[in-house]
Amino acid sequence: MYINPIRKTPALSAALLGLLLLMISTPLHAADEKEPVDVKEAVLGHMSDAYDWHITTWGGHHVSIPLPVIVKSQKDGTWHVFSSARFGHDGKEVFEGFYLDESRKGKVYEQGYDARPWDISITKDVVQIWINILILVVVFLCCARWYKRRKVQDGAPGGFVGMMEVLVLAINDDVIKASIGERHYRRYAPYLLTVFFFLLVTNLMGLIPIFPGGANVTGNITITFLFATITFLFINLFGNREYWKEIFWPDVPTWMKCPVPLMPVIELFGIFTKPFALMVRLFANMLAGHAIILSLTCIIFITFQVNVLVGTSLSAVSFVMILFMDMLELLVAFIQAYVFTMLSAVFIGMSLPEHHHE
Amino acid sequence: MENMPSILTPDFGLLFWMLLAFLVVLFVLAKFAFPAITGAVEERKKFIDESLKNAREANEKLAGIKAESEAILKAAREQQAEILREAKRTGENIIAEARSKAQAEGAKDLEAAKTQIAAEKELALRDIRSQVAELSLQIAEKVVRTQLGEDPAQQRYIERLLEEQGVKA
Repeated sequence: MYINPIRKTPALSAALLGLLLLMISTPLHAADEKEPVDVKEAVLGHMSDAYDWHITTWGGHHVSIPLPVIVKSQKDGTWHVFSSARFGHDGKEVFEGFYLDESRKGKVYEQGYDARPWDISITKDVVQIWINILILVVVFLCCARWYKRRKVQDGAPGGFVGMMEVLVLAINDDVIKASIGERHYRRYAPYLLTVFFFLLVTNLMGLIPIFPGGANVTGNITITFLFATITFLFINLFGNREYWKEIFWPDVPTWMKCPVPLMPVIELFGIFTKPFALMVRLFANMLAGHAIILSLTCIIFITFQVNVLVGTSLSAVSFVMILFMDMLELLVAFIQAYVFTMLSAVFIGMSLPEHHHE
Repeated sequence: MENMPSILTPDFGLLFWMLLAFLVVLFVLAKFAFPAITGAVEERKKFIDESLKNAREANEKLAGIKAESEAILKAAREQQAEILREAKRTGENIIAEARSKAQAEGAKDLEAAKTQIAAEKELALRDIRSQVAELSLQIAEKVVRTQLGEDPAQQRYIERLLEEQGVKA
């Protein structure tokens, strides 16, 4: 676990900015004494997964929620479950032979072994995922209950349930049904709807800088890798004969596929590039948004190290920029969830071509 | 790989939990939430379609009833006119009949009166004639009494004379 002076989330920083403006005349001793701000470390640190959930730093003291570490020992093959607080206040202590290796991304390693142990710890991202899923389940079960309690004749829902209905229908009818087609879409609709709403909630929660949100989940390649893989499986496991025929024997002049299988190779390559593009697009978009907001926040701390006047004036600029970026990210959160779902649906639709030969 | 940031390198633990969490949420939503919502919307769509169809049918039925009632009204009006016409015709017939009857009756009465008058006249004439004959006879009797007496041949002679004078029996 690393220490840096600005382990704070963007909104807290914004609030802090107000405080700083009030205390403009008071000398900032703390800032003078500390080492220069390591922007890269700060930004990456905020976006990375962690074994505890850092809330704030108060008077040089980290306030964080310790989370359970679950690792399998390579020594005796048993599972060890303990709180991440066992690694000590600064994360440098060794517990039951396990320690956090700062030189290797701060992951858990076992003393005497070079390889990583099996590690299924409940990390910050895992907690965030379960919070998001709780939100999803509560929201949708409430909506479902609304329908269960009413008859068709009672009319359409309004308010929040109505909004969710519009969203579900927009994705179900205009994205999934439109891309996959009337015949097959029902098989894929639950998966694609769940992906959309999970990504939407996760993206939005990632924008909330304080506790129940703030973890960068969709900006972690593990998550987008998983979804891209599931989509890949859906495309290739349920693709029909026509789809495979178009890959191995496409409608091109014979010389392009017979002696040298030029087109089949390209098509085969395409099988993997499509989900790969899905994975990188979502990951990079969410990562970039978070990185920009965090970097803009860092400007506040860097400029205050120069002097109070420069710090104040540039902080105001930075504050406006952060506000703008947050608005933009709100939009991106929706767009990226939508794009991921839509492209998944389109690729699945392409794996089910109708027989169109004469 | 070692010096890349951890967000760029897939992590097994996170993958495991993400997969588990996703399967849970997929199961819950796919079983309890999405079918409820899409099902309700589809049902509502069906309900609206049906309501529209019913409304159209009701409208058609209403239009049919309207046409029917109009037809009935029209028929009734026609019948009414027919009845009135009939009544008028009947009335006229009655009047005409009565008139012709009255005329015939009058003519008959007239005829009867005429014959009666004629008979009366005949009677009167006959009476007059006989009286005239009697008178003449008496006169002649008185005349002849003095000259002829009461001879029937004389009487007959006188009567013949009277006839010749133009007094018919």
